[in-house]
Amino acid sequence: MSDVYIMGVDMIKFGRFPEKTVPQLGATAALMALDDAGLKIQDMQALYCGNLGQASAMVGQRILQEIGQTGIGVVNCSNACATGATAFREAWMSVKAGVNDVVLAVGVEQMGKGLLGGAGGGTGIPKEGLLGSGTMPAVFAEAGMEHSRQYGTTFEQFAKVSVKNHHHSTLNPKAMYQIETPLETVMNAEMISYPNTKLMCSVNVDGAAAAVLVSEKKAKELGMDRAVRVKASVLTSDPYSDRDLVMPNVNDVTRRAASQAYEMAGCGPEDIDLVELHDCFATAEILHYENLGLCKDGEAGRMIDEGETALGGRVPVNVSGGLLSKGHPLGATGIANIYEVATHLRGEADKRQVEDARLGMTHVIGLGSACGIHILEKVA
Amino acid sequence: MSEEAAATGPLPVVDWLKGAGTEDPYLEGHKCGECGAVFLGQRENCSSCGARDQMSPTRLSTKGKLYSYSIVHRSFPGIEVPYISAIVDLEGGGTVKGNLINIDPDPEKIEFDMPVEVVFDDALGRKDRDGNSYVSYFFQPAS
Repeated sequence: MSDVYIMGVDMIKFGRFPEKTVPQLGATAALMALDDAGLKIQDMQALYCGNLGQASAMVGQRILQEIGQTGIGVVNCSNACATGATAFREAWMSVKAGVNDVVLAVGVEQMGKGLLGGAGGGTGIPKEGLLGSGTMPAVFAEAGMEHSRQYGTTFEQFAKVSVKNHHHSTLNPKAMYQIETPLETVMNAEMISYPNTKLMCSVNVDGAAAAVLVSEKKAKELGMDRAVRVKASVLTSDPYSDRDLVMPNVNDVTRRAASQAYEMAGCGPEDIDLVELHDCFATAEILHYENLGLCKDGEAGRMIDEGETALGGRVPVNVSGGLLSKGHPLGATGIANIYEVATHLRGEADKRQVEDARLGMTHVIGLGSACGIHILEKVA
Repeated sequence: MSEEAAATGPLPVVDWLKGAGTEDPYLEGHKCGECGAVFLGQRENCSSCGARDQMSPTRLSTKGKLYSYSIVHRSFPGIEVPYISAIVDLEGGGTVKGNLINIDPDPEKIEFDMPVEVVFDDALGRKDRDGNSYVSYFFQPAS
C-alpha cells in the first residue's frame, strides 16, 4: 500500500468568534489548507469533517456550501476530543486503501465559556457535588492524583507544565494567549479542582484546522518539497480496567495506541523529535510522558523538573502552547496539533522551531474514551 | 408535593442504592461469575471478559480505602463548594465515586489509602421537580 502524505495543512488563529458560524470557521481553515497545498476544492475527492457541538447538523456539507458544492462524499464524525484526529484518520484510511487520491480533513469547533463535564445525567436530582464531581478539571485532577499516589508527584510539578506551555505559546502567533505565567502565578491562580488551578486548565476557544491528504502518486505529481509523510495513524478505545466506571482511564487507552503507533512507524519514542500531546489539564500532560514512553514510569516529575520537554530540551512537548494556552476547540484540536508538528517538520515554525525535527507525534484523548495518535515524518 | 410522592418516601440517588428509606440501605454491585469484575448497576454482559448472562447482584461493603481524589473549588452554577470528590475502592470489590465528608478539604489532611466508610443520608436537601427527597451515599473517615 502506498504511503499517505500531507500536502497542505493550516489552522486559523484560535480565539473567540461569536460573529462567525461553525461552517464559516471550518471553511476558512479548509481554504487555507487548500492554498497551502496549491489545490482547489474541485480537486478534492472526499471531505472528512470533525465537529462535536453540531454533530447532527451536517457541518461538512455546510462547509462545502461556503466554498464549493462539488458533490463529493462527506463524512461527519464526532469522537469527543479525539474528533479531529478521527476525521484525519478516516481521510488517511481512504487514501491508504486506494479509494481516493486527494482528500480534505477539517476539524472545527465553537465553544462557550465555562466548565465542561457531565452534570450527572439521568433522572431525579443533580448529582454534581453530591456524588463527587463530573467536571473535567476534577476528573483530570483525580487522574493526576493517582500519579501522585504512585510516584509522589507534586502540585508544583503539575504547575510547571503550565509555565512551560504558556511560555511556548508566546512564540506562537496562532495561540489564543501569548502570556508568560511564572510558577507563582500558576500556583496562586484560582483553584478550580485541586491540584488544577485556572491556569492549569485548557482554554475554551473557537478554532478550526484542516489538512489535505494525498496518495504517493499524487504527492510525486505535486512535488515532495513540503510533503509530510504519515508514518502511523492509530485509534483505540479504552480497554476494561477495574476503576473505569468512575475514573476514566486515560492511561491504558494511550499506552495501547502508542505501542501500535511505534510499531506501525517502525520507530521508538527515542526517535521522536517533538510531541503535541493532549494537555487538556496540566495533570494530564505528566501522565502522558510515561504513557507515550517519553520517559520511564515514575520519571515524569523529574522530566518536567529538568526541562526535558521544554523547547530546546531532549523531547519538546507542546511547543505550540498546547491546549493550555493555544486553546482547545474540541473538534479542531486533533488536526491543529497535526498542523503544528507538520510545520516543524517543514522547518517553518519560526521562533519556536524544533531544530532538525524529522519525526513528530500527535496525541489526543476523547474522554469516554478514544485515543488518536499520529506519527509524522519529514520527507525532503 | 403530590400525595403519591409523599407516600413513596425518599428515593435512591442512583438505582444501585438499595433500601432507600429503610433502616438498612446499601450499595449493590453486579459481579461477573466468570472473571469476578464488579460493576455498579444492573447489566447483562461483562465488559471485562465478555461473558454473557453471568452477572449476579452482590451487596457492596461499607468499608473501603481512598484511592484518589480532587478538592473541587469551582463547579457548575448553584453547586456549593468546596467539596472532596473521592474515588474509593471498597473491600471485596467495587470502586465508587462520591463526596468525602467530615474531613477538612485540605490536601494536608487527606491521605491516600486512608480507611473510609460508606454512610447514607439525605441528598443535601436536593429535591426533584415532584418534590421527592432522595437518599444518597457519602464517604467519611472510618471511625
